[in-house]
Amino acid sequence: MKQRPNVLAGALTPIWLLFMIIPVYVVTIGSFATPQSFRQGGPLSWPAVLTLDNYQTILTGKFPGYMLNTLVIALLTVGLNLLLALPATYAVVRGRSNGTRRIFRVILLGLAIPSQTVLIPLFWIIRSLGLYDSIWAIVLPQAAFGVPMTVLIVSSGMRSIVNELYDAMIVDGASVTQRFFRLALPLSKSPIATVSIFHFLGAWNSFLFPLIFTHSPGTTVMTVGLYNFIGAYDVDYTALFAAVILSATPLLLMYLFARRWLLAGLMGMSGR
Amino acid sequence: MSNLVAALTSARKKARAGRSRQAALGPSVMWALPAVVVYALFALIPILVVVVISFMDWDGVRPPKFVGLANWANLPNIAFLGGSVQIMLILLVCSILVQLPIGLLMGVWAAGPQRNRAVFCTIFFLPMVLSGVAISIVWRQIMDANFGIPGQFSAIFGGNGNVLGSMEGAIMVLLAIGAWGSAPFFGLIFQGAAKGIPQMLYDAAAIDGAGRFRRFFSITLPQLKATIVMAVIFMVVGGLTGFETIMIVTEGGPARKTLTTPLLMYYTAFRDYHLGTGSVIAVLLILAAGGIAVLFAKYSGFDKMESDLEGM
Repeated sequence: MKQRPNVLAGALTPIWLLFMIIPVYVVTIGSFATPQSFRQGGPLSWPAVLTLDNYQTILTGKFPGYMLNTLVIALLTVGLNLLLALPATYAVVRGRSNGTRRIFRVILLGLAIPSQTVLIPLFWIIRSLGLYDSIWAIVLPQAAFGVPMTVLIVSSGMRSIVNELYDAMIVDGASVTQRFFRLALPLSKSPIATVSIFHFLGAWNSFLFPLIFTHSPGTTVMTVGLYNFIGAYDVDYTALFAAVILSATPLLLMYLFARRWLLAGLMGMSGR
Repeated sequence: MSNLVAALTSARKKARAGRSRQAALGPSVMWALPAVVVYALFALIPILVVVVISFMDWDGVRPPKFVGLANWANLPNIAFLGGSVQIMLILLVCSILVQLPIGLLMGVWAAGPQRNRAVFCTIFFLPMVLSGVAISIVWRQIMDANFGIPGQFSAIFGGNGNVLGSMEGAIMVLLAIGAWGSAPFFGLIFQGAAKGIPQMLYDAAAIDGAGRFRRFFSITLPQLKATIVMAVIFMVVGGLTGFETIMIVTEGGPARKTLTTPLLMYYTAFRDYHLGTGSVIAVLLILAAGGIAVLFAKYSGFDKMESDLEGM
């Protein structure tokens, strides 16, 4: 069918593109500028000299340690979340009792609990359990808050495994556990990958839990490191930009190479 | 393919007869127990605990002291609570007015067939993998009074380039950050929903001579109604509880003019160390967001259990 050119979209797209690109441009260029040229020329001008000093400053400081903390916490969060939520998903999908169905409803209600509103009671629980300032103070609540999303996304995949496959395994004498590991899990690989990427993304970028539940350098994560940067009296903008770029690089690479999965994971938020 | 489906369906009917015997063979509730325990401890019980702490006097370090209704009785005296609700609602309504149209247009546009759109979308959806902290920090520096863009182009932005120094300027910056960092998420949701609209609706409309605008308003918008409702609920819950961006960019300023209720809760609890009073504010926010949550469950169908194979 013949389509007339879409004038409105043609006009709006470049404007929006410019708006989206300006901050990316400022950060990228700024991270290679000297503080002097950045201050004199302003954020949009091309710097007189390009330098790697900012990256050197950041890489020789505490920031790589913060990034490592973040990586460890993100991986533990995803791992613990799957360890808890996958058997629960299996029980919800294959269980025959009404109890599991009720559990599913209660768990899904949790999708609506915004984590910011329970910061104070979580702080009390974390302190009472003696977890304050440990990585578990971040990992445990994050893994727990991710349970509904994992159950929701993986259950829709696991439910599309036909009964006949289970029946065949039962005839062969496979136990409930064997059916879980040999059938339910392998055939749910794709939603598991999606939800893992989603939780990794959330844990990598999380800020408020680490900010409130930890304080020492050994448990500081990248986002809190960035935040502490701007609290300093004399902010070194160009080094800060280098830190921002470094903090975003792993996810940007993931975004470029596993975009489909990543976006599918984010779409999970919208139900179907 | 259809033979296979037919075969599976008949096999399924036969299997149904023996289902009662299989009942004993399914996974027991025990499989869900660890998840339920951890989830309850860190997500459900806190909702009860926050009510308990609202009756306590607690500085976060020493043991909490029970003070009865004192915190609640003190509610009218919490400095700036009313003002914080007001600015929160202003920001909420403005954010929806900014982000919803942008997200809608972006999503519908991105759902189109042209190849080059994929390239644009890579850039448009990019903020979703960036942390809110990084986005906020970058915007804060870009809008800095001394070394930011407004200072470099004071002709456009007016005055001395101190955009964040006025309430209107600070609100505009917060709305711009929302458009930059949050609208793409809604764009992605609308793209997914728009792709699901049957092409034949558009073909039929085109035969009837409907133009592009007519098709957008008569087909696309009504078809996306459920998604729009859900996006608005997302934005409302986010607006009622989120405070990261404001905390980093304006710190509630200038002169508490962008101090929203969730940020007030955070400052009361973790900067002034009145965790009891902070809990009072938190309970109010949970009640407000909980009301929205009911809508959320109702419209999104999240509480229903439907198999992809149902009706096969």
